[in-house]
Amino acid sequence: MTAGRKERRLAREVGGILRLGVIISGVTILLGLVPYLVRDGGRRADYHLFRGEPEAFRTAAGAVAWAAGAHPRGIMQLGVLFLLATPVARVVLCLAEFARERDRLYAGVTLVVLAALAWGLFGSG
Amino acid sequence: MTVLAFTALLFAGAAAAGLVGALTGLGGGVVLVPLLTLALGVDLRYAIGTALVAVIATSSGAAAAYVREGFTNVRIGLFFEIATTFGALLGAYLAPSVPAAAIAVIFGTVLLASSAFSWRPRPPDAASRTPDPLATRLRLNGSFPSLSGEQAYFPRRVPLAWLFMGVAGALSGLLGIGSGALKVLSLDVVLGLPYKVSTTTSNFMIGVTAAASAGVYLGRGYIDPALAGPVVLGVLAGSALGARILAATRSNVLRVVFTAVVLVMAVQMILHGLRGAA
Repeated sequence: MTAGRKERRLAREVGGILRLGVIISGVTILLGLVPYLVRDGGRRADYHLFRGEPEAFRTAAGAVAWAAGAHPRGIMQLGVLFLLATPVARVVLCLAEFARERDRLYAGVTLVVLAALAWGLFGSG
Repeated sequence: MTVLAFTALLFAGAAAAGLVGALTGLGGGVVLVPLLTLALGVDLRYAIGTALVAVIATSSGAAAAYVREGFTNVRIGLFFEIATTFGALLGAYLAPSVPAAAIAVIFGTVLLASSAFSWRPRPPDAASRTPDPLATRLRLNGSFPSLSGEQAYFPRRVPLAWLFMGVAGALSGLLGIGSGALKVLSLDVVLGLPYKVSTTTSNFMIGVTAAASAGVYLGRGYIDPALAGPVVLGVLAGSALGARILAATRSNVLRVVFTAVVLVMAVQMILHGLRGAA
């Protein structure tokens, strides 16, 4: 395969995973937002005071459990988590693609980025 | 205000932020944070958490289109993400022990100076100059769909751009904002990329920089689903629109929009810093 075609395939796959992540996230948020507005739409909105999110919303596992209980806010939070995972999935996909093409330089570059991301997500939290 | 009206305003504001973000390569926090805190009376911590989510939405939403259309240079994005993510982690680590107010003033001044620099007339042979050996070895050269057809470009001054990107990452880690502005300027002024390649590649990169700190904000409880959810939907709509507009827009028009937004941001930052220091 020529260099140009490889580049185009990489672009297509990266674009594809970003689109997939965005669609999954958007649909999930919408599935939570509609029942949330139907139930709580008439209440008064109040975010003047910072209360911090309940523990349930602060971890991925917690949000999954909330969403599984069909709580509208939990479903929305799960959708937001899908979005947060999208750039990470994009980096993982690039790593797999460079590894397959035996592109050592860029497989290395991507691995370093992924390590920094993982450290930020899990190491310092 | 009822939750319904509040959600509608959030959606509209986020759509505007997504549109600006997709066209400029900035995260859109400059639009969203004042909207949330000043207009809607949201606590700053929720506003910061929501803005972080909006950056990732802007990046993923618009980049999906830009990457496929051939504007984004994926290799340049990845190569400089090393500098920005490590810079961001270093910045977040140093944040408690440095004077944030002074840094905000310095950062604002750097933004003013470098956005003025980006208006400097270019040498006419910019597109046809010879490839830089280091950029060639790193395979950073590329081409993009300009208004007059496919056009090749050859980045230069790679080590200097890497240094700038590290500083950009560190500043965004220190201050929690401004990750896009210095990225666009590094790509545009230092690396000498065509303007649309600079903004779309910055747009591609900011999602990863933001994702590096998303875990921390989530753990602190800054990300509220009833704020972040509608904002994500609004930003996705706005950035999809922006991605359609960008391809057909002249670079100088985009540069005017970018400069206007960065000027507002720089002045905000300097004033905020001066007030904090006094």
